[in-house]
Amino acid sequence: MTAVRELKLTPIQNGTVIDHIGNGLALEVLRILGIERIQQSSTVSIAIHVPSQKIGWKDIIKVENMELSARKLNAIALVAPTATISIIREQRVREKRPVALPDRIDGVLHCPNPGCITNQREPVESEFEVVRRKPIVLRCAYCGRLVDDFLAQLA
Amino acid sequence: MGLKGRDLLSIRDLSKEDIEEILKAAHRMLPYAEGKKVNHLLDGKILTLAFFEPSTRTRLSFETAMARLGGTSVTIADASVTSVKKGETLHDTVRVISQYGDAIVLRHPNEGAARLAARASAKPVINAGDGTGEHPTQTLIDLAAMQEAFGKIAGLRVTLLGDLKYGRTVHSLARALALFGARLVVSSPPSLRLPVEVREDLDRTGVEIREIPKVEDAIQETDVLYVTRIQRERFGDDAEYAEVAGSYRVDLPLLARAPERLVVLHPLPRIGEIGPAVDDSPHAAYFRQAFLGVPVRMALLALTLAGRAS
Repeated sequence: MTAVRELKLTPIQNGTVIDHIGNGLALEVLRILGIERIQQSSTVSIAIHVPSQKIGWKDIIKVENMELSARKLNAIALVAPTATISIIREQRVREKRPVALPDRIDGVLHCPNPGCITNQREPVESEFEVVRRKPIVLRCAYCGRLVDDFLAQLA
Repeated sequence: MGLKGRDLLSIRDLSKEDIEEILKAAHRMLPYAEGKKVNHLLDGKILTLAFFEPSTRTRLSFETAMARLGGTSVTIADASVTSVKKGETLHDTVRVISQYGDAIVLRHPNEGAARLAARASAKPVINAGDGTGEHPTQTLIDLAAMQEAFGKIAGLRVTLLGDLKYGRTVHSLARALALFGARLVVSSPPSLRLPVEVREDLDRTGVEIREIPKVEDAIQETDVLYVTRIQRERFGDDAEYAEVAGSYRVDLPLLARAPERLVVLHPLPRIGEIGPAVDDSPHAAYFRQAFLGVPVRMALLALTLAGRAS
């Protein structure tokens, strides 16, 4: 099983590996990261439905030559709370940690309230406060709307 | 922490002590608000009112309050005559006008507009209603009316009747009443119940809250009957509005069953949910409540702009 996985996703020299993403959620994680924000010279490899000893089945994303910002990486916890982040430099894991849901999530989700000022033609990024962690509930910092269905609100 | 220089965007921005300070100051403002005494506390200060939605009471009582304290106000009463019409964002409008006066009072049709304005403004911003969101200064007035009628707010049995979903005054008021330890009864058409956001806040305070289908069921145990209008302008379609329009009405036969002490409050305007015959009943306190808008807003402006009310 290990041999097959290595064939599909070879180790990277430098960059970020997001491992232990819940099965089938890699594309949502990419939406949170914002694929348009990843530089064109960074190869992104995605493996979906990979066998995992830890969580049964999982997804993996590898982004070469880019160390993604902690702000974006932590927002992944919204859809993939089991994910781990590894920063790779010269083929060695320099840092490895689980994603940690921050107290605020900025610029990742749309507010579901169509009347919210953040959904008008204003120069403002969406902002949510985490009001509950299990299950996760967010509150729009502008209009106060509560949100628990994150996939539907990804920007 | 004093109120000087602070924004008032949501009733949640105020502690119980802040609210008590404003209510006390409002009481001291009464002779000035009635024109019996003259006050110069805000001489030379300028208040900028930016109203992007219609208003009678809120705008005029803020202007009156400022004038009664010796200050001046400049007002946008109709957004269609401003650069918003040319496509200017609220952010830029506020950034510009915040440089002119000493504080901004904003009414806007979008929820969260006041918070956006506060970020764009270097001066304090007072939310005078943001869409279906909040209307914190109306809540201060509602509390002042209850304080005046009963001498206290804690323990009062308050029945909130009407459009609890879109009525922004109720969203602010219910939170404040919970803070003061009032007991709440809510009654609304099924489609216009309190939003989950407000309910969540209330549940966290542990406030006693009872939901009843008909206001008649609670009238005998009510101290304050707070009535709101169904917000026609917030409905997507007329059919949805027609379904609930006229589904409740406060009239003399209903009040005949009420205890003597009961007062009826309404943030106004009303469109039929309180019959005109009620106006002359000893229960009617909504016109007095509307007057209290002046001393309460005087108190708030004095504390925000001068840091003191005397």
